[in-house]
Amino acid sequence: MAIDMSQYMDIFLEESKEHLTILNKNLLELEKNAGNTNSLNEIFRAAHTLKGMASTMGFEDVADLTHHMENVLSALKEGVLTVNSQVVDVLFQCFDRMQFMIDKLESLGASNLDNTDLINMLEDIQSGNLDQNLNNYAAVEEKLEQTEDKQLIGFDLNSFDITVIKEAMIAGNNIYYARISVDKDCMMKAVRAFMVFKSIEEDGEIIKSVPHVQDLDEGKFDRDFELLFICTAGLEEINHRIKSISEITVTVTEFDESMLTVVNNDAKSPKVIKNLEVAEEVDVDNKQPHKARKTVRVDIDRLDMLMNLVGELVMHKGCLEQIGATNKIPQLNETIEQMDRISTDLQSVVMIVRMVPIEQVFNRFPRMVRDLAKELNKEIDFIMEGKETELDRTVIDEIGDPLVHLLRNALDHGIELPEERIAAGKPGQGTLILSAQHEGNNVYIDVQDDGRGINSELVLAKAIEKGIVSPSEAQQLSDSEINRFIFTPGFSTSSEVTDISGRGVGLDVVKTKIESINGDISIETKPGLGTKFRIKLPLTLAIIQALMVSVKDEIYAIPLSSVNETSLINQSDIKVIQNQEVIILRGDVLPLFRLKHILNVPGEDIAQPQIYVVVVRKGEHQIGLVVDTLIGQQEIVIKSLGKILTGISGIAGAIVAGDGNVRLIIDIATLF
Amino acid sequence: MKEMENQQAGVATQDSTEIQVVVFRLGREEYAIDILNVQEIIRLLNVTRIPRVEKHIEGVINLRGNIVPLLNLHTKFTLEISGLADERRIIVCQFDEIKAGIIVDEVLEVIRLGDSDIESVDNVYTSVSSEQIKGIAKVSGRLLILLDMKKIIIGETSEQGG
Repeated sequence: MAIDMSQYMDIFLEESKEHLTILNKNLLELEKNAGNTNSLNEIFRAAHTLKGMASTMGFEDVADLTHHMENVLSALKEGVLTVNSQVVDVLFQCFDRMQFMIDKLESLGASNLDNTDLINMLEDIQSGNLDQNLNNYAAVEEKLEQTEDKQLIGFDLNSFDITVIKEAMIAGNNIYYARISVDKDCMMKAVRAFMVFKSIEEDGEIIKSVPHVQDLDEGKFDRDFELLFICTAGLEEINHRIKSISEITVTVTEFDESMLTVVNNDAKSPKVIKNLEVAEEVDVDNKQPHKARKTVRVDIDRLDMLMNLVGELVMHKGCLEQIGATNKIPQLNETIEQMDRISTDLQSVVMIVRMVPIEQVFNRFPRMVRDLAKELNKEIDFIMEGKETELDRTVIDEIGDPLVHLLRNALDHGIELPEERIAAGKPGQGTLILSAQHEGNNVYIDVQDDGRGINSELVLAKAIEKGIVSPSEAQQLSDSEINRFIFTPGFSTSSEVTDISGRGVGLDVVKTKIESINGDISIETKPGLGTKFRIKLPLTLAIIQALMVSVKDEIYAIPLSSVNETSLINQSDIKVIQNQEVIILRGDVLPLFRLKHILNVPGEDIAQPQIYVVVVRKGEHQIGLVVDTLIGQQEIVIKSLGKILTGISGIAGAIVAGDGNVRLIIDIATLF
Repeated sequence: MKEMENQQAGVATQDSTEIQVVVFRLGREEYAIDILNVQEIIRLLNVTRIPRVEKHIEGVINLRGNIVPLLNLHTKFTLEISGLADERRIIVCQFDEIKAGIIVDEVLEVIRLGDSDIESVDNVYTSVSSEQIKGIAKVSGRLLILLDMKKIIIGETSEQGG
């Protein structure tokens, strides 16, 4: 059994994480607005699903905890208990514990935690609150149990069904309602359902089933299902017949007209707390209902494969074009044009498929900020904007940690304590804004606080002390240049300067990480008013704009992100200073490097009176790269050179060009 | 003719554990690799040179959208290229996730080799460092050098990297 389950482990983990995210988000909502029934419903639903999944997988600890949470939640929903900070805190603790258990399941494959402490707490909430509440609750519960057997729940009978029922009644047939629940440990639910169906159909006919027969057949149901059927056998007999099937429990009742009216008038009776379907229904008066998206999970490797294939298709389309041109087949033109359009669309669709909203990363921050603010005794208004901004999956995976760092920094060192803020004439509550937006081919993520800002003088003093700049050089630095020092590795590990201590801890890591995904980070700061970190990211790592250049017979791609400009210069403009070729471009001295020498390109030199120079950016410096010709700008799909050829300095990867040849991408940072 | 040899070799060694190998020519020597390591054999494609790597890395090719590095065993084993350009082939090998191609002068045949046909390397002198050879096979008067492609290709991953 354990082996059978292992294949579902990945799905379980991924879905649990999704539900935990929902749980987290809505708990925060609930804390802000205790009357938010919408959130409560969402929390309930997430907990319920988690419970179902965990018990299916046999993770009893998770199932048990969620079960108790569910009890409290349903009491909250019923209004028997009220939402207060104490309850939310306990729910948060449960959430943490669940996250811990899921993490443990992921790393070890088992958790088996003892959650008695939390379960006791949950039970205390349920019962420990006023006795009256307890009684109320018990009474409600009891009432519910009494009515349970009487009512039809999930059935949504249409007029046809009702006619059938009425006709059967007139004909004197018996109509029964059966509620069947399959044992928790039953491995083959679908088979049990089938056996029930078969035993009824011996001399009867099933009018309606919830969930639908097809879902039952495929085992797509929780544990319970309900049936409405016509049968010639008596209640005793049919009851006995169904009960003889093992691993199920069943209650059969006679269906009468009064039930029919119940169904008609009150198809969605309030009783249905335990029914998932109704939990999904969202209060109409509360904001926008949560949109249920239909999605399919796809391995990112498969998307890469798809991308490859599309690339191939485009390439062969090119070949076809050539054949059409050389053999002068005009009929082919129209088809090729169509293919061209389709393949372009295909390419962009594949691209879009890889995009995920940044929400995935952002969602975990409110909780983190809340906890950290509490810990630091700071009052924070945390605002997130542009959650729907989409980025390539690979970028999303990388951006989480740097953002955590920046947010923690802002909370810890940026925003002051309430007293301090009030003394400085600012509102006691600090504002922390995390926003994301699109701009051209980039996404900008800002982390902005209204704290004390960075004290440039202290930073400069520190930089001089650390020997990063000499005092004389320091004179000429602009504020923004000075502020960049906080990205220097180990810059503020010693904390003598209290004002900025920690402000730079790990910021070098942030910078490195962001640069590793072709991004860039900048700072704007005003002393006393706040700091803004701005991260610029490419939309995708897989596709970049590049300048194609040729050197003798070889063609290379230079990422446009490192190109400042291109220029055509005369050979005679080249000067030599200390054996280094330079040119003067708008008053700046620019060192020149010839790509053919750097890359040892074989072949004959082509003598030209004028040469093309690509001005590239390496860190803070500009360098001129001499190439033979500029071919043009192109959107390229980056591919890795594979394990054998990793870490070649100056080469960032390769592309498959339109003509089917492989071209190399130059990595300016490691070229020299 | 070749097919007959193939048959004979197959029949003669049916009883012992045997492997199928692809026999190819590098310079004037005959080499063989286990067919289980071979993904496919293709004609020469356009090769893109990679700068700043060791000489025996010939470059990379585009194999249906995948970029596959090519090793030049001629350079690695200091052998001369011989034969017609038209007969030259790329043998693409794969181990786990690592794919690489080798350029050979001519692919000759696929034959079966029994355990008894293969001699250990110590006794024979070859131009290849003995670590990368599994053994020497004697088949109807011919000597085949059985290469350990896994060691050769995996070896590359540790060689590059700096």
